[in-house]
Amino acid sequence: MTDTQNLHGTAALEAMFARARAQQRAAFLPYFPIGYPNYAASLATIKALADAGVDGFEIGIPFSDPIADGPTIQAATQIALEAGTTVRLCLEAVRKLRAQGVSQPMLMMGYANPLVAYGTDAFVRDARAAGADGLIVPDLPPEEAAMFADACTREGLALVFMLAPTSNDERIRLASAKASGFIYVVSLTGITGARRELPAYLKDFIARLRASTDKPLVLGFGISTPEHAREVSGLTDGFIVGSALVRAGGESVESARDLAASMVAAIRE
Amino acid sequence: MAELYIRTDLTDLPDERGYFGEFGGRFVPETIMPALDELENAYAEAIADPQFHAELSHLQRTYTGRPTPISYARRLSEALGGAQVYLKREDLAHTGAHKINNALGQGLLAKRMGKRRIIAETGAGQHGVGAATAMALLGLECHVYMGSVDIRRQQPNVFRMKLLGAEVIPVESGSRTLKDAINEAMRDWVTNVEMTFYLLGSALGPHPYPMMVRDFQSIIGTEAREQIQAQTGQLPDACIACVGGGSNAIGLFHAFRDDTATELIGVEAGGRGIESQEHAARFADLDISRPGILHGTRSFVMQNDDGQIMETHSISAGLDYPSVGPEHAHLRQLERAWYTLATDEEALEAFQVLSKLEGIIPALESAHAVAEAIKRAPTMPRDSVLLVNLSGRGDKDLDTVISILGE
Repeated sequence: MTDTQNLHGTAALEAMFARARAQQRAAFLPYFPIGYPNYAASLATIKALADAGVDGFEIGIPFSDPIADGPTIQAATQIALEAGTTVRLCLEAVRKLRAQGVSQPMLMMGYANPLVAYGTDAFVRDARAAGADGLIVPDLPPEEAAMFADACTREGLALVFMLAPTSNDERIRLASAKASGFIYVVSLTGITGARRELPAYLKDFIARLRASTDKPLVLGFGISTPEHAREVSGLTDGFIVGSALVRAGGESVESARDLAASMVAAIRE
Repeated sequence: MAELYIRTDLTDLPDERGYFGEFGGRFVPETIMPALDELENAYAEAIADPQFHAELSHLQRTYTGRPTPISYARRLSEALGGAQVYLKREDLAHTGAHKINNALGQGLLAKRMGKRRIIAETGAGQHGVGAATAMALLGLECHVYMGSVDIRRQQPNVFRMKLLGAEVIPVESGSRTLKDAINEAMRDWVTNVEMTFYLLGSALGPHPYPMMVRDFQSIIGTEAREQIQAQTGQLPDACIACVGGGSNAIGLFHAFRDDTATELIGVEAGGRGIESQEHAARFADLDISRPGILHGTRSFVMQNDDGQIMETHSISAGLDYPSVGPEHAHLRQLERAWYTLATDEEALEAFQVLSKLEGIIPALESAHAVAEAIKRAPTMPRDSVLLVNLSGRGDKDLDTVISILGE
């Protein structure tokens, strides 16, 4: 993991994808919200996942009205908020994790309003200073992203946009032109949450995206098991696991670590 | 050619990106961005088609009962001893509130787009009833999200919706009120986007909703502007309307926007008073309300220092919402419209005064506008005219009022 240690932002993500590619697998980026089930446990969980060999992180910033999230993440982030989790505390968490030796790329993931309330320039600057590498805002389509784009460019942070099965060619081109770091591919029309099976159209969908963009594609929504991880590992440049890990993390740090470790093993077989 | 039902010549706003000045826009997950494009295009086609205007106009005349009259509130005006108060009687529209104007408009649009599954959110239940009614008429399936707190305080409307064939889906997340019903409706839309039309009930949400809902509600002001001149020979000195999301207010204001001698006054829910922080006065309490992003649009939002959305309070479920339509934020910034508030107590008082003096039981939402007229009229000359939008009738609120005042 030493090869990404001195890189940050988009460069760190490039190195992460290059290493995964060299190993003929996809990069594994878990999502975990700060403050769930409590602040200390969320840090311990992320540290344990880092030690289990995941490739990067989405660090969740809780929001009171998460319209793209299903019940698992809604409930988890609600608990985090009730315990007093703030944007500032999420940035502090990243700083602490870096101090504890977590070297993988970390992207801050949160809805627009808390970041706007913090101040978009200030947030990007402080995220960079804390050691974060990028930003994902699920309710910020490329059309509205100007408020973050300049600051991200200035600080070298990735600004990730999403594409969904409903995205037409025009929107694929738009996201491709504006995204840095990678494109977050939403696997299905729906909200976040563990699913039993991955959609059957996934191969065609990814092929359609590949035809219009050369940005790395990272798949999220519904990926819940080592079998899923193995299935997508040959298909995309990376994948995100959220709800399944959040659910495990609600049980114990060890449960989350074990699930992540089984996925790490699955994509390295 | 007959005059078009919806006037499109009154303003250039919103711009192409859905902005009214610095407010508005489209802050939603990617999954529904193409659906918003599709909706925007379908609406642009519909509004350019005289047939669409004719169909909507026909329904509004023969089904809703438009035009709704304006009534001179003689005894109220005499009691106040100042301005003459006129009421635009949206309470007389079918279903008892202005919400039907928008529900029929969007319903016809959904039909045109070939969408058969309609989802809606509701707070007080008036939009839910309007949506359920319009969908019964148009033969489309209707699912209404409603916070469980609101379900409790608006039982008669819940029963009405069910009777009209709609499914009412209780929302248990967050504060379990209108804000959370919108969250849940959006989650449904993200999930079922290709077959579903989201019938948003107020002039908020991502572009094109604030524009479209305003247009469908603008018939209120278009009618009232003619009626008030016919009855009084003049334009009103002020138009007054309550503002939750703000659809009845923008519907009244729109036709008057170039009549700069007519003041436009929006009345927010002052709840238990600004000091209590238990209210929904987005423009009055700038300690906890500032521009932000909620439900797909940039407008004033009640939030804590960390950008988390605050729970609001109003005696009237229809005003109990932490943000406000973006065009209101813009009109306020331009100082074209002014925003004030009425507390729960003032609204309750107005509710009773109007009932006793005029034989009209107003919705608690509309009672906020009446409360402002009661404050303002005595300070104005007798030859001045106040036009109040009576956006709905109060039958739905009787349980709430009984629980406070006793039987």
